Amino acid sequence: MLKTILIPLTLLLAAVGVQASEAGYPLDHMEPDVHDQPSLQRGMQTYMNYCMGCHSLQYQRYKRTGDDLGIPDALMLEHLVFDPETKVGDLITNNMSTENAKKWFGAAPPDLTLHNNLKGGPDWIYTYLRTFYADSKRPLGVNNLVFENVGMPHALLDLQGTQNFVCKQVPRLAANGGDMRDSLTNEYITEELCGNELVERGYSPLELIEGSGSLNVAEYDQVVYDLANFLYYMAEPARLERTRVGWYVLLFLAFFYVFAWLLGREYHKAFHK
Amino acid sequence: MAKLEQQFKDIMRWVDDRLPVTETYEKHMSKYYAPKNFNLWYIFGVLSFVVLVNQLLTGIWLTMSYTPTGDGAFKSIEYIMRDVEYGWLLRYMHSTGASAFFVVVYLHMFRGLMYGSYQKPRELIWVFGMLIYLALMAEGFFGYLLPWGNMSYWGAQVIVSLAGAIPVVGDSLAVWVRGDFNMSGITLNRFFALHVVAVPIVLLVLVVLHILALHEVGSNNPDGVDIKKHLDEDGKPLDGIPFHPYYTIGHDVPAIIMFLIVFSAVMFFFPDGGGYLLEHPNFEPADPLKTPNLIAPVWYYTPYYSMLRAATFPLFGMTAKFWGLVVMAGAIAILFVVPWLDKSPVKSMRYKGLPSKMFLTVFVICFFILGYLGTVHPTPMRTIIAQICTAIYFAYFLLMPWYTSVEKTKPVPDRVT
Amino acid sequence: MSDEGINEPRRNFLIGATAVIGSAGVVGVAIPFVGSWNPSAKALAAGAPIKVDISRMEPGDILGPIPAWRDKPVFVVKRTDEMLASLSSKTSRLADPDSLADQQPEYARNESRSIRPDVLVLIGICTHLGCSPKFKPEIAPQEFDPEWVGGFYCPCHGSKFDMSGRVYSGVPAPTNLEVPPYYYEDDSVLVIGEDKGVA
Repeated sequence: MLKTILIPLTLLLAAVGVQASEAGYPLDHMEPDVHDQPSLQRGMQTYMNYCMGCHSLQYQRYKRTGDDLGIPDALMLEHLVFDPETKVGDLITNNMSTENAKKWFGAAPPDLTLHNNLKGGPDWIYTYLRTFYADSKRPLGVNNLVFENVGMPHALLDLQGTQNFVCKQVPRLAANGGDMRDSLTNEYITEELCGNELVERGYSPLELIEGSGSLNVAEYDQVVYDLANFLYYMAEPARLERTRVGWYVLLFLAFFYVFAWLLGREYHKAFHK
Repeated sequence: MAKLEQQFKDIMRWVDDRLPVTETYEKHMSKYYAPKNFNLWYIFGVLSFVVLVNQLLTGIWLTMSYTPTGDGAFKSIEYIMRDVEYGWLLRYMHSTGASAFFVVVYLHMFRGLMYGSYQKPRELIWVFGMLIYLALMAEGFFGYLLPWGNMSYWGAQVIVSLAGAIPVVGDSLAVWVRGDFNMSGITLNRFFALHVVAVPIVLLVLVVLHILALHEVGSNNPDGVDIKKHLDEDGKPLDGIPFHPYYTIGHDVPAIIMFLIVFSAVMFFFPDGGGYLLEHPNFEPADPLKTPNLIAPVWYYTPYYSMLRAATFPLFGMTAKFWGLVVMAGAIAILFVVPWLDKSPVKSMRYKGLPSKMFLTVFVICFFILGYLGTVHPTPMRTIIAQICTAIYFAYFLLMPWYTSVEKTKPVPDRVT
Repeated sequence: MSDEGINEPRRNFLIGATAVIGSAGVVGVAIPFVGSWNPSAKALAAGAPIKVDISRMEPGDILGPIPAWRDKPVFVVKRTDEMLASLSSKTSRLADPDSLADQQPEYARNESRSIRPDVLVLIGICTHLGCSPKFKPEIAPQEFDPEWVGGFYCPCHGSKFDMSGRVYSGVPAPTNLEVPPYYYEDDSVLVIGEDKGVA
């Protein structure tokens, strides 16, 4: 009975997901996992080291985060909180003043507590942090595929390395929708595509300068996954408790229904005499 | 045991001499005879009462931690979601409850249209019901501003600006409603007062009137026959059955639990309803300098929002904006006079003719289409569809006196089937 | 509408079972409503343990009332030898001289009601009806007590406490003033609000 309700609902709601960013670049999908505490802990570490200077998490407390992520208070204060005045029950705020921020970046860096929900899921940030590229026309020297003319520097540049916006030789599209090959040599017949043409064919228009970052691609993707996972948790810390309580409530109601239905039937007999 | 029973009887007699408790209980519960042939459509009145109680309780509890100021509102919602024990649950019960309220009320209204529950002698029940619907829309509108998210802000901005379409006084009226030249904390504060005090009181009074009027004339039924025509030797309707315990326990309790299962499934597992119940732009605080890309009201207003946008051309020297307001207000106002538009000799759709059935079907389809269109960006094609559906919406009502009086009806049975 | 053919025991069993489950449901629904009245994370954070530097306190000094643990007014008194001597002088006038009532952590259940005899830490809330008592260190006759040897006096209802917060007999307050949990981080820093080793 539960399934008959939940399955169509899941399908219905899954069908209305956000597929592309404002800039039209298709978002890479990631499957968040709030049960994965090591991932969330790594995500928080990355956040505190690379993001926190500009982006606060002002609606959430250190204590709650530590409790949910399995980080003891003392460890949290020692390794993840940089201001010695901060107490573990405090909100996760930073010291950047809005005026300074406007001067430096043109706009105040937004608080990211609810960023995941604002973007309808973790895919946006997961893609965004992996699609920075060098662009000498921009004041900060970088641009982004997901967020055109982004006003923020690439905070994880040291980890990822520099990506360039390039044109690539890719196989031509055959009439049947597959890749075109030479009928004699069986080699791909290629053409040079740039920018959106590459995106439409499912290729990335970016190319990493080998060795310019301290992490390889898989390691960097993992760092961004953990960070996006952490922000997924951050947007709704009650998520774990919510689904746990939800199952208990549904089980209880199903059990209740059986008895109420049997009792109802006793009275119902009076209808059809 | 017998002594205890006697004592209880004595106490009840003492009370009844001073307050008609037993009489009221009998009139509205144990001796209120409801038709035997109720079907599933008759559950939504009870369900809307369940949701009303949920909204009142969770609403009262939410005000305990909510701050109705421009600076504090958004923050206090997150405070409820994170710092208050079970605050997330109370808030989700309230936000999911709001949508659930409209689901059951729409189904309840459809039941009324389908079985002619508004026809003589039940016109007043229908009118009170429509007033409840109107109060509910006001309640939802005021409440939607309170989280002070960016969608709250701009949604309210759009609707309040509508007042500006009224000739002559419009603009000053909009300023008066806001109490400011733009939406601000001042507006938030008064909407808060209306949402938590004024409208709920009105709503409760109307619900009492709705039920009193119903119990005066008795419930309609899917056959639309009058069960009071055939009474047994005690003067009780032969086709009736006491509301309590037969309907309450036999029917309502299992149905309420089933409803709660669906409600809980949505609330615990999809509280934002994929962006339809809690919209994504509402996860950032109100920003008077940044309009969200798409301003869509919550789903339960979207049919009317579509009609508002469907008015795209000026007419008789008045602007399109003015006509949008007229169409939207008219679409709601026309619902009030349905009892006087239906000229059919029969109540239930079961015995009405083909035109009635077709009009109702097309009307419902159009209502859904309008509802969907209200959630997406308008395009020229969509605007044309919205215009057609708006026309059908009004045709259903305006042509009702004609098609209900000329169509051939089936004979209504003497007793319920 | 006769009820013939109704299986009476079965119906009664089902009524009972449904009522019991329903009541359990009502209790379940009450949980969030009751729970939300508990102190929120914000209140708990505001009530977190605090650190107090006592290195600059001279004998006879008092810090407080400071809004400390759980936002209650806390007194920290550096007692003089004279004050300490007063503790054993008039014990017959005290209601609970040996601190038998549970108004202090185990490590403060002694005459000075403290860890270090000279430093007194007290919650400055009268155990009568919650006013904050005044610190009256003078060993001199007072309007309210001609034989005053120093201590705390509550102006609301006239309750009297000695230099370690022990209540006098014959006053409205029933028990000694409460000593909060605390410990010394080092010689000069006091942590008020939790026992040592709890982190």
